[in-house]
Amino acid sequence: MSDATLHTPKPKTSIIDTDARTKKRNAAEKRFRIYGMTAILIGVFFLFVLAFTIIRSGLPAFTQTVVAVDFTMSEQQYEEAEGTLFKTRVYQDFFNAALQEKLETQGIEVAFDTDAIERIMGKTGGTLREFYNANTNQLGQSVSFELSASSRVDGYMNGRVTRETLQDSRFLMLSDLDLVDALIKADIIRTAFNWNFITGADSGVDNPGGAGIGASVIGSFFMMLVVLFLSLPIGVAASIYLEEFAPQNRFTDLIEVNISNLAAVPSIVFGILGLAVFIQFMHLPQSAPLVGGLVLTLMTLPTIIISTRASLKAVPPSIREAALGVGASKMQAVFHHVLPLAMPGILTGTIIGLAQALGETAPLLLIGMVGFVARGYPDGFVAGFTDPNSAMPAQIYTWAARADAGFYEKAWGGIIVLLIFLLTMNAIAILLRRRFERRW
Amino acid sequence: MSTFWLILIVLAIAAGGYVIGRTRALGLAEGRRSALHSLPNHYGANAFMKSIVPAFGVMVIWLLAQPIFVANQVSDTIPEAEIAEGSSMGLVMAEVRRTANGISNAVASGEMERTFAEDPLAAPEAIAEQLKAAGQIVTSEITQPIWQAAQQYRAMNATGSAVMSIVVILIAIAAAAWGIREAKPDFRARNTVETGVRMLLLAAASIAILTTVGIVLSLVFNTVEFFRLYPASDFFFSLEWAPSFSGRGGSSELGILPLLWGTLYISLVALAVSVPIGLFSAIYLSEYASPRVRAIAKPMLEILAGIPTIVYGLFALLTVGPMLVSVFGEGGLLGVSWQGGGRAVMTAGTVMGIMLIPFVSSLSDDIINAVPQAMRDGSYGLGATRSETIRQVILPAALPGIVGAILLAASRAIGETMIVVLGAGAAARLSLNPFEAMTTVTAKIVSQLTGDSDFASPEALVAFALGMSLFVITLGLNVFALYIVRKYREQYD
Repeated sequence: MSDATLHTPKPKTSIIDTDARTKKRNAAEKRFRIYGMTAILIGVFFLFVLAFTIIRSGLPAFTQTVVAVDFTMSEQQYEEAEGTLFKTRVYQDFFNAALQEKLETQGIEVAFDTDAIERIMGKTGGTLREFYNANTNQLGQSVSFELSASSRVDGYMNGRVTRETLQDSRFLMLSDLDLVDALIKADIIRTAFNWNFITGADSGVDNPGGAGIGASVIGSFFMMLVVLFLSLPIGVAASIYLEEFAPQNRFTDLIEVNISNLAAVPSIVFGILGLAVFIQFMHLPQSAPLVGGLVLTLMTLPTIIISTRASLKAVPPSIREAALGVGASKMQAVFHHVLPLAMPGILTGTIIGLAQALGETAPLLLIGMVGFVARGYPDGFVAGFTDPNSAMPAQIYTWAARADAGFYEKAWGGIIVLLIFLLTMNAIAILLRRRFERRW
Repeated sequence: MSTFWLILIVLAIAAGGYVIGRTRALGLAEGRRSALHSLPNHYGANAFMKSIVPAFGVMVIWLLAQPIFVANQVSDTIPEAEIAEGSSMGLVMAEVRRTANGISNAVASGEMERTFAEDPLAAPEAIAEQLKAAGQIVTSEITQPIWQAAQQYRAMNATGSAVMSIVVILIAIAAAAWGIREAKPDFRARNTVETGVRMLLLAAASIAILTTVGIVLSLVFNTVEFFRLYPASDFFFSLEWAPSFSGRGGSSELGILPLLWGTLYISLVALAVSVPIGLFSAIYLSEYASPRVRAIAKPMLEILAGIPTIVYGLFALLTVGPMLVSVFGEGGLLGVSWQGGGRAVMTAGTVMGIMLIPFVSSLSDDIINAVPQAMRDGSYGLGATRSETIRQVILPAALPGIVGAILLAASRAIGETMIVVLGAGAAARLSLNPFEAMTTVTAKIVSQLTGDSDFASPEALVAFALGMSLFVITLGLNVFALYIVRKYREQYD
């Protein structure tokens, strides 16, 4: 007989009323549960904050402020302008006069200042002269111009610059804002979709308004081509070997250990490898998407091999045995039967690996895909691999590292573009899995 | 002829071999497929493989060996006097290479006459002018020996490429002919092809080893080079990090300790954020959550892991940093002025912690799920509540796995680059204030290796020594994590 049964406490507790100890235990239980819920809510909260920040800060990058004016230039005006010494100056005067007239006809009264106009939309004379010299047949007809406004005005439109924060400078004076307001009221200054941001190339450090992500999207595209065409065949071949053919020996173990270790090596170390081997040793061109693709291939190979092996493993042995039973060789059984059945899983894994490679930045910084490199489009297909270019994440980093706050907006906008690509790729992967996944 | 076209030509030869080999085997069997040992395609594939493998093998080796050979030959012709004070052979060779590329591009764009490009006595001013006109970068003055070396470099490379093209094409043709000759009905083509394919599969699997070897070699060679220029004891024990790019050697202080401290401090903050949140999420998801909640919450947390690190970096720099300053900075909510700028240990650490939440939670989730149900049932049977079961039965059983997960998360945090490059600051400091800017090993690797560095100064080479330390630390942590998991894992039947 044990102590416990000897000193049994008197059963004075009721099963209806809970005693103090049970209450305490239940309270502890409740608290613990709340901790867990809080943790999840915090995680989800972070996700929403992140999404909200990205969208709020990034959307302005997709719009730009334009000065839209219908302007008519008569033939006499053209000849008069071309006859003088400062030709663009005269064009500008005509334009300003037309602008002023437009405001007056709409009955908006505001102090009109030609210097302010210049600060708001830059020197328009040159643009006008270029246009009319190229299209003399448009003289005397009404042409609608869409001129981009300066980046300060852009900031005023989307709230980055306010009347309180603006300091007088040669870029924009506080007094100019009255004129801006008047032009907004007259629907001359308005926001338009910024196509240049999606299709354009990087701009210099002092022109955030003209920066576009298009060229680096192309850089990323060529890099992904390299990654796809190297990592898919190599990854699949390596997985087939390890899963179907590899004998149990030390060499196989060595390969396995290497793959699992490479999956955990920091990405920056792959950048060092790319710099030392591909650029220092092999003298491949710096900043080229080819080199970036090679580095990212080495980085994504472990991911692809791990997922490919999982999908090869998921094909039941009966398939192999049936193929061998009707006289196929081991190689034929694998390539004709196992591989096709594993293909959806392999493709899903590859797309996820590609998405991971698309967002990787650190190794690209080391091989020189950073800075003002995405300044134009490549000349052709082969040049796309070897010409210096940036990639989306590296371009975003370049913008984030610049001093002008106008570029931050572009960086957030670039992130939206990058995330759209990533979401699309992941959605395709999920669809593939849903559509083709087979359970035995 | 560019390598691209050479590859296409070899592929065309191999494809021709395939067709001829297949037709020949069928022809010799007089169209009776049953007379063949293997399928007709195997005879074709035999010829295809025989021609493609040696041709590409020779091409790759040639492409790797030619630059080294040419560089050796050319550097022999450069007189000692040409190597200026503080410069090295490597720098002069880089100049030669740049000039040679410039000449090629200038000739291709039509800015430079072919005869001028081959004139060994051309005037240096005219050369520089023509190169600049063609949009080529001319960094320093082009002297006569460099000009001649560049010409020799160009000539040797041109001959090398021409010879390589001829050799590779001849090999491809000869090997294809060999494969075609073999295509007789009693030839065991399938066995040959399958052995070849197996070898190719093995080669693909060995790329993992080659990558590791490449990483180790590139780190080791450059690190040894660095230690030749800079004492190893100073690197490991000096408390100061102050690289200078103006003077070479001597004037720089390159101690790793401040960087290691920054790395560890930031990782510590990151773990302090991610471990409690991740662990409690995992416990809730695996023990309390209904299947519906789990199906929604788990993927949502995992989205955090799929977001590229550059996004977190920007989030740290532009959102979290200013927010922390408005709380802890001067004139902030708390009325303390601990934080000077947006970039700080706290900024980078918090954001990195958010990034690591799904990493900790999904690893721990798997481990908690692996604890057998019988242990839970036993505990409930004794009257324990759910939380008591979790705290006293499940967590002790899952502890080794959880420790392993935390160590893996720590290794991630130490190797993370973009968040610290954007969020942690650039100044190396040994300080205890988490609101101060500090820098890490990875951030310094980036800053020492981006820009126009020549890879010969200790200031650039130190990045390889830093990379080596990083590689060793993360690898050690990973191996240690796996060891702990294996050693202390409870074995349930």
